[in-house]
Amino acid sequence: MSGIIADPTDSCTPAQEIPADLSGQMLELDEDDDLEVFSKDTTLTDGSFFNASMPTSPASMINQYKFEEEADDKDIFITVDNPESHVTAIETFITYRVLTKTTRSEFDSCEYEVRRRYQDFLWLKGRLEEAHPTLIVHPLPEKFVVKGMVERFNDDFIETRRKALHKFLNRVADHPILSCSEDFKVFLTAQAWELTSHKKQGPGFLSRMGETVRAVAATVRGVKNRPEEFTAIQEYVDTFSQKITSLDKVTQRILKEQKEYLDELKEYGPVYTLWSGSEEELVEPLKGVASCIERCCREKEEQISHLSETLVPSLHEYVLCAETLKSVLRRRDNIQADYEAKNDMLANKKTDREVEYKDLGFVFGSFLGKNPEEAKQQRQQRLDGEIEELKEEIDKLEDKVECANNALKVDWARWQKNMSGDIRGAFLSTAEKNIDYYEKCLAVWESFLLSQRSEHSVEGTREQQTAKDACPQDT
Amino acid sequence: MADSSTEEGPVIGKTDEAAVDVENNTTNTMVEEGMRLLNKMEISVAEAEKRMGKNTVSMAETHTVYLIETRPVEVAAECQNTPPDCLWRRYSEFELLRNYLLVTYPFVVVPPLPEKRAEFMWHKLSSDNMDPDFVERRRVGLENFLLRVASHPVLSNDKILYSFLKQENGWKEMVLETGFQAKIDSRLKTLNATFRVKNPDKRFSDLKHYSDDLQSVTSRLLRVRARVADRLYGVYKVHGNYGRVFSEWSAIEKEMGDGLQSAGHHMDAYASSIDDILEEEEHYADQLKEYMFYAEALRAVCRKHELLQYELETAAQDLASRKQQHEEPATGTVRTFSFKEMTTKLFGLETAEQREAKLKVLEEQIAEGEELVKEKTTECNEFVKNAWEDIEHFREQKDRDLKEALISYAVMQISVCRKGIQVWSNAKECFNKM
Repeated sequence: MSGIIADPTDSCTPAQEIPADLSGQMLELDEDDDLEVFSKDTTLTDGSFFNASMPTSPASMINQYKFEEEADDKDIFITVDNPESHVTAIETFITYRVLTKTTRSEFDSCEYEVRRRYQDFLWLKGRLEEAHPTLIVHPLPEKFVVKGMVERFNDDFIETRRKALHKFLNRVADHPILSCSEDFKVFLTAQAWELTSHKKQGPGFLSRMGETVRAVAATVRGVKNRPEEFTAIQEYVDTFSQKITSLDKVTQRILKEQKEYLDELKEYGPVYTLWSGSEEELVEPLKGVASCIERCCREKEEQISHLSETLVPSLHEYVLCAETLKSVLRRRDNIQADYEAKNDMLANKKTDREVEYKDLGFVFGSFLGKNPEEAKQQRQQRLDGEIEELKEEIDKLEDKVECANNALKVDWARWQKNMSGDIRGAFLSTAEKNIDYYEKCLAVWESFLLSQRSEHSVEGTREQQTAKDACPQDT
Repeated sequence: MADSSTEEGPVIGKTDEAAVDVENNTTNTMVEEGMRLLNKMEISVAEAEKRMGKNTVSMAETHTVYLIETRPVEVAAECQNTPPDCLWRRYSEFELLRNYLLVTYPFVVVPPLPEKRAEFMWHKLSSDNMDPDFVERRRVGLENFLLRVASHPVLSNDKILYSFLKQENGWKEMVLETGFQAKIDSRLKTLNATFRVKNPDKRFSDLKHYSDDLQSVTSRLLRVRARVADRLYGVYKVHGNYGRVFSEWSAIEKEMGDGLQSAGHHMDAYASSIDDILEEEEHYADQLKEYMFYAEALRAVCRKHELLQYELETAAQDLASRKQQHEEPATGTVRTFSFKEMTTKLFGLETAEQREAKLKVLEEQIAEGEELVKEKTTECNEFVKNAWEDIEHFREQKDRDLKEALISYAVMQISVCRKGIQVWSNAKECFNKM
């Protein structure tokens, strides 16, 4: 579980262009002994590189997202697809097909196909978080977005959710610790009834209640000596949460503005066509402009689709991640607070024992009519016992705190790399799409100009001059 | 002389016009032939200034005046340093000039002035007449007006026009002395009156329909374009928020920080680039507006023709009925009803002298009527000939100008695309470094 994660900027190219020679970069990663298996897959996140050098994995399994992490030695591939609606007497719900292909030895077979519903994913996440309270589990898509007036069975909503569920499972599969979880295995492999019975096992309702109560109490109590590095992480998470939420909002706003722009643009072209109906000489140029605008509309539509399928979900994911991080930090604090509380208790008990030695309990004993010597011995024994128990508990809690802290530290570094890879990838993709949009529109207008120029060569030279004046930096 | 001026064209003095507008203006005048005012003289509307003054009710107000510069062509060719003659005029004086031209040359499609108030604005803030961008565009529009008028085969010879350009004081009085204002009323009546012509000239009625179509389509186009511009503004400006948030976020990131920060700068650049883009598009909108107003002028010519036609038909009809009346007593049949006739018939027979006198009056009237019809016919034919010449001239100019405008619009779009590619390529580099 330990290990040093290498600095990902080592393998980032200084050049602005996308490196043509990918093989050199791959070698660089392999030669670095310090790299853990799971860190290899997060450095170069532009999926377009990887398509060429991908290990033989069925194309249908990979890359619903362009920028999913892939590593040479990935041994489990999961897809989530094929949403289907199920109607029962009580409710209607959607199930998704979860297809797993793996060479891992802990799996009996190498291929599994099951159907799961959102509730099942929630259950899995809950179990993983219970087992590993200070590991960062990738967020699930939200339950039901009322604000955006999305219906539960709306196609876009289902598709967005499906993609997010796919990403969730793959992130779990990539995690060195989480992917070994028994619950995860059961989730991927069990038939419906098996899953139901498995869910019923494990800590019962009451014991979970106890956990919750203790957790709440711990939160109220607060942690006293939080290590500096976790305070730093807390501060980072607070700011990050704000910024990523802002970015999410800005992006949603851009999407809205683009859609409204497109609506107006759709009305614009037809007016030129209408005009051409009353002209003679101007028919060709007017129709030409109308057709250019129409084609730009189509490009704009594509640009909008891309934005809502790539950047918007990515940013939204990290808004949810920020909340996960806050929970993780809270849980770590609680574990420490628990430990601190027990330590306090121990100190109190030790003080009590001191008091006993000083024989101050004599007065009470005589009131109760007991033999004062016997009562004193009984009390001393009791206290000693309690102190021993406490010491054992404290030892365990100390271990627990140390484990929790280490787990978090390691996972934190891992999360940061994933995050920068994901965000970079999403923005890169958006920038590329925007460039593509402008290039396509440019071609449309240039071909219009060409068609106009070919008609009148005299005016052509003048137009060229005008064009040159308008765009001095001609490439 | 015509050749040399065609080659060099009128030199536009100190203007801030976009290259495209210059092209448009020189295109128009380059193709003209003959001895036009513009061939002899450079004209420009060089500057605009605010003046304080008192209006008609003696309240202080600010208005804008425009500097008109003129210089003989030969002088300019020889030595560039001779200062031009100049004088200041305000918009209302331009209006006065145009109204005079409209009334004096009803068969001409008179070039329009730039709009009095900013309309079809995509950004509500700039509908203020004092807004510097509006004033600048108006200056360009006024210059365009003068250039068009000064290169027109008929209008450029007008004395009042010449004085407008050369004589600062007393010009207003001179115009009013022509008495053209009396004709304004009748012109307004022409434009608004409803009368039916029995045998409409198909060419003119087609042209009138065309002018209606042109006006309605250009105004619709301007409206939709303004809405599109408004939305595009929104898209670009929202990206500016990326700049702000990236910058704030970069403060807490170690590795991603630099990339984020510089990407943010490019987003800011992208957001602010829309201002120039839309300002340039306003020039295109102005070109459309000019032809929207030209459509009005075209319509006015058609209506004037209709009126003349109507007057001719009325005169001819009057003549025909008088002739009929003249025939009636001879034939004894009553064709038309006349109250006087009836009363005469009811209350007594006419004497021979009375009948003689009546006939004589009728004959005079018929003679007058025939004169009138001849006059009106000539007037009508003259008008048709002159108008049709000018309409052809207008048509060619319109096709040329609008084609140029559409091409320049395409060029603008290409420039917008190139800027977009540039910015997003830069941003992409920064994202790569994150």
